[in-house]
Amino acid sequence: MLTLQCPYCGVQCDETELSPGGEAHLTRFGPGSDDTEFEQYLFLRENPRGVHFERWRHAYGCGKWFHAARCTMTLEVFGTYPAQVTEPPADLIEKIREKRPGWRWRDLA
Amino acid sequence: MSTRLATGGRLIDRGARVEFTFNGKRLSGYAGDTLASAMLGAGQTLMGRSFKYHRPRGVVASGAEEPNALMGIGTDGHFEPNQRATTQELFPGLTARSQNHWPSLEFDVGGINKHLSRFLPAGFYYKMFIHPRPFWKHVYEPFIRQSAGLGAAPRDRDADTYEHYYAHVDVLIAGGGIAGLAAALAAGRAGAKVLLVEQAGHWGGRAPVDGAVIDGKPAEAWIKDAVQTLEDMDNVDLRLRCMAAGVYDHGYALCYERLTDHLADKAGPRHRLWRVRAGRIVTATGAIERPLSFAGNDIPGVMLASAVRDYVVNWAVSPGDRTVVVTNNDDAYRTAIALKKAGLEVPAVIDARAAPEGPLVEEVKSLGVKVLSGKAIAKVKGRKFVTGVAIAAQAGEGAVLEEIACDAVAVSGGWSPVVHLWSHCGGKLTWDEAQAAFRPNPDKGPTGADGAVFVIPAGAANGEMATSSVLSDAHAAGAKAAGADAGDAPTAEVTAEGPIAPVWMMPQGAKPELRAKAWLDYQNDVKVSDVQLAAREGFESVEHAKRYTTLGMATDQGKLSNINGLATLAHALGEDIPQVGTTTFRPPYTPISMGSIAGEARGALFQPLRRSPLHGWHEANGADFEPVGHWRRPYTFKRGDESREQSVAREINNTRQGLGLLDASTLGKIIVKGPDAGRFMDMLYTNMMSTLAPGKCRYGLMCSENGFLMDDGVVARLDEDTFLCHTTSGGADRVHAHMEEWLQTEWWDWKVYTANLTEQYAQIAVVGPKARKVLEKLGGMDLSAETLPFMGWATGTLAGIPARVFRISFSGELSFEVAVAAGQGLALWEALMEAGQEFGVMPYGTEALHVMRAEKGFIMIGDETEGTVIPQDLGLSWAISKKKDDYIGKRGQEREFLASPDRWKLVGLQTLDGSVLPEGAYAVAEGTNANGQRNTQGRVTSTYHSPTLDRGIAMGLVKDGPDRMGEVLTFPRVDGTGVEARIVSPVFFDPEGEKQNV
Amino acid sequence: MSEVVSALHGRRTEGSVAVRDTGPRGMIQVRGDLGAEALQSVCREVAGSGFPGQGGAEVSDQGAVLWMSPDEVLVLTARDRAAEGVTRIGAALAGTHHLAVDVSDARAVIALEGAGLREVLARLTPANMHPEAFRPGQMRRTRLAQVAAGIWLTSETSAELICFRSVADYVFDLLANAAASPAVGHLPVA
Repeated sequence: MLTLQCPYCGVQCDETELSPGGEAHLTRFGPGSDDTEFEQYLFLRENPRGVHFERWRHAYGCGKWFHAARCTMTLEVFGTYPAQVTEPPADLIEKIREKRPGWRWRDLA
Repeated sequence: MSTRLATGGRLIDRGARVEFTFNGKRLSGYAGDTLASAMLGAGQTLMGRSFKYHRPRGVVASGAEEPNALMGIGTDGHFEPNQRATTQELFPGLTARSQNHWPSLEFDVGGINKHLSRFLPAGFYYKMFIHPRPFWKHVYEPFIRQSAGLGAAPRDRDADTYEHYYAHVDVLIAGGGIAGLAAALAAGRAGAKVLLVEQAGHWGGRAPVDGAVIDGKPAEAWIKDAVQTLEDMDNVDLRLRCMAAGVYDHGYALCYERLTDHLADKAGPRHRLWRVRAGRIVTATGAIERPLSFAGNDIPGVMLASAVRDYVVNWAVSPGDRTVVVTNNDDAYRTAIALKKAGLEVPAVIDARAAPEGPLVEEVKSLGVKVLSGKAIAKVKGRKFVTGVAIAAQAGEGAVLEEIACDAVAVSGGWSPVVHLWSHCGGKLTWDEAQAAFRPNPDKGPTGADGAVFVIPAGAANGEMATSSVLSDAHAAGAKAAGADAGDAPTAEVTAEGPIAPVWMMPQGAKPELRAKAWLDYQNDVKVSDVQLAAREGFESVEHAKRYTTLGMATDQGKLSNINGLATLAHALGEDIPQVGTTTFRPPYTPISMGSIAGEARGALFQPLRRSPLHGWHEANGADFEPVGHWRRPYTFKRGDESREQSVAREINNTRQGLGLLDASTLGKIIVKGPDAGRFMDMLYTNMMSTLAPGKCRYGLMCSENGFLMDDGVVARLDEDTFLCHTTSGGADRVHAHMEEWLQTEWWDWKVYTANLTEQYAQIAVVGPKARKVLEKLGGMDLSAETLPFMGWATGTLAGIPARVFRISFSGELSFEVAVAAGQGLALWEALMEAGQEFGVMPYGTEALHVMRAEKGFIMIGDETEGTVIPQDLGLSWAISKKKDDYIGKRGQEREFLASPDRWKLVGLQTLDGSVLPEGAYAVAEGTNANGQRNTQGRVTSTYHSPTLDRGIAMGLVKDGPDRMGEVLTFPRVDGTGVEARIVSPVFFDPEGEKQNV
Repeated sequence: MSEVVSALHGRRTEGSVAVRDTGPRGMIQVRGDLGAEALQSVCREVAGSGFPGQGGAEVSDQGAVLWMSPDEVLVLTARDRAAEGVTRIGAALAGTHHLAVDVSDARAVIALEGAGLREVLARLTPANMHPEAFRPGQMRRTRLAQVAAGIWLTSETSAELICFRSVADYVFDLLANAAASPAVGHLPVA
């Protein structure tokens, strides 16, 4: 059972205080998009053996959505950050690069 | 036979006799006894029957690893089966029953199974499933049922209570032996918050039994001092009878504290399940001795050498007058020494090694004990108890060289570190050739949130077996866990020991008839021959062989048998043990009670029950409740001896003809406010909501991004900036979360705030031709058709209570929904009931609500929708704005299969005979599908008896339905007959809406 | 105006840790820019207390301001002053993007009193109740068994908590059940 720090409250949350929300940093495709784009948006997901960016909601706390960078194998948490961004913060990416040389996620590396 | 010795016993109080019963027989022991030691002390060596062959079994071990001595303990509401006699502490009045026997422990009919043993080989169950088929039901299954299963299930409701407790510590230390104590001292002195848990009822583990000397003191004295030192530390919490049961992600651990199992007085919670979040977890869980496999190694009287020593030293119990020790290592010699010191006979030590030597061996020889080196037990003699052993050369096939009379056998096959907690969360193991054991691989431990290994094995659990290295390793582990420098560790005297011989089976080339009597797993009755058969039949993976033979799958999870089984499998496959690998260790370490897992969640606290502000009134007035999510809503309010159906019909008729009241408080009520609220509402709903005028209401549909209809409800525009969204009863939290998700993660620059006000208001639907009259009688607001037209809302006071009144209808009647502060809901309800008397007011429940909406052809989320239905399927295209470029779900609905004209669409269904269509029934079509089933062309989504029309009415989704009005479909019933129904409009009642528009 | 009833109708249990319904309470949900002076000062005025920072609870004799999220506080005041409070906040924040609503009846406020209250709570919440981790002045929104709650300490031996009205009886029963259990003896006692 994981613990993640809510970047809004600053508290270390128990997993049972959170609800999971799948992959982070999806780009919405609405009317006018073609089937491939829409399929990508709605159904296709990363499933890495390694660092992943995922969405969590502090459901039993402030109710806010945040993102976490977490290794799916070692469960190491590299950081959490508010959801109001389109890509992970640069310093977090740098931190992951240092710890995991050769790491890739979508077009991030 | 076993008996109590006249002197000694470090854990018992001879001044305190304790009476207990076993199978109804009165026995006595001493305070400090376990049930097992007390039974042995009372001469009761036969403790149970085995699972498959019902062989007589005695106790093998002295702790949590015990596979045989399982008891049903307690009576009535305190009864629990499958409790280990070795971990059950004795208390006055304890009642224990043995298991797996009929009619009695001494004479068991199932014991004939052993004569059938050649028909019950490995994989018996799998093989028997196959042929001949008719045999399964009448022969095999009854036979298996008779012999399967351990103790009896409790018959009474559990009379005990249980609780959870969340603890947050820097360091959790599992195990209170000298390793755990040394680790706790190191971590505690470093200032860390420490929780030290020990599964047994005393500290120190087995060091005192083994005669260790620590820091110049006898182990007993060192332990006492260490515990005292730790108790004086505010930052250390020590817990006896508390087992670390499992280790999970990010330093989460479950500890199982048994509060009253050792007491006659059962007041207070029985078990406390600790839900611990620890920075680091030190596993000081010690090691478990392995038996050796030889013929007859399951006969009562054959015990682990360490257990024999424990019983003698801890409880002054002699397992037998003449005990033969059989071993492949030096440690078992300590047992010979302990027995001799207690004045008991040791006819021989049988050592599989060719030339054992060292101080322990010399000491045993000096005590006059014969050491037979290079020898093995060919077989143990006896049936319900040991009468002797036949000796053979370890190198041979079992030709008997001599026989030795004895009444107990102490066996040691070496020690296995208890690596369970290390492994639970992914810690890997490495094979230690020198000790012939798996131990934690320090480079491959489970990692925590910080990326560092968070489990630190210590002492014997880390493969450090000598007392001195146990202490130094555990001290270092404790310091490391606390993030401190190690400093000086406690020291111990060193006793040199010779190397172990990796012997698993005796003798090395045992003949088949011996292997078929050489037990690996006592509890599941798995023998060496079974594992070898599995290997021959191609079960090469250890995980497959385990499941095929059931080795290690009993309640003891193979604590004694796994390594021996692995070694046997490896040998049969001609591979090395590390190549074969281990099976997976899963929590809990030993079984924990179901009650402890539930904690407080039972009875009234099993699940939160959501009560509306009017719940108390409903309870007091005959409400027949139904669950709606966690809410309880009145299904109907029964009067006298009415049936449910009669009650519902009365409520409907009364509402349609006079006046009904519905508690609609559970409806979701969410405020959406801000300069961008209109824009947001247009995305949220399929309708154009931004054009809704303040003071007006509009029915809206909400879809998921997939396009599927997820919720519906009436939206009221409160002012230019503010909307109030009503949701379904079960949907408020989900819809609110849905709104916040879009606002926070997609349109975070939009200026919109939401607030879930569901619980702020009591909402009462006042429904029927007399609805306006009763509200006017309460007074305070002008609710005339001119001032408050259909789909309008207004605020004011009713009966002196501030209220917001919505003129909306889900029944087709003249209807007002009145929202007031929840704390005044009951006052309004009672005022309405009183004022409504002259109009024949009656409350109605959810079923009347459902029937009335169905009579009007209104859809219900969850009936007409099931997650794959789009609004267009339901004839709701009118509620989908064509002017909007986008809304959530719009792109999804454009997908080919959703835009297809072939989709099943909503229609009304009217049975030709007036009966009620079965729920969920399908309409059949011509032909069959690939599986030979009838093709279908539609299904029933809602079906009721309409009291208004006095016949069955239904709604359903039918292929091309709206274009097939008047056609008759056939809906098969479960009994094979069919019901015919005509496709009609889904609006069965008042299609022009005349009743609600008055 | 008819009398307002709280969800728990004044329920209470005595014991080493007492559990008590505090009765009707004025509660105002305020969402907006928590950094804005106008918002902070009107909340201070209505509550008669200070204004909390992240994760804080500012409590006085007359009321409290509880930090609920980065854009939300809950202002506590007397029940009969809530409506006026909403009006004052609305007036003070007119023209700025905000939301202020009376939620006095949406929740129940339960008080705990007794030295063992941390261990009563620790039976139900995964949040750390150790005195070093949870102190007076903090607001902890968390889970009590199966429902959401918010807890703040009013002293070392007293606390208040909020939960939704519909589950008030469930929460009260949870607390009363936990309070009736013998002390665990894990946490230092105040």
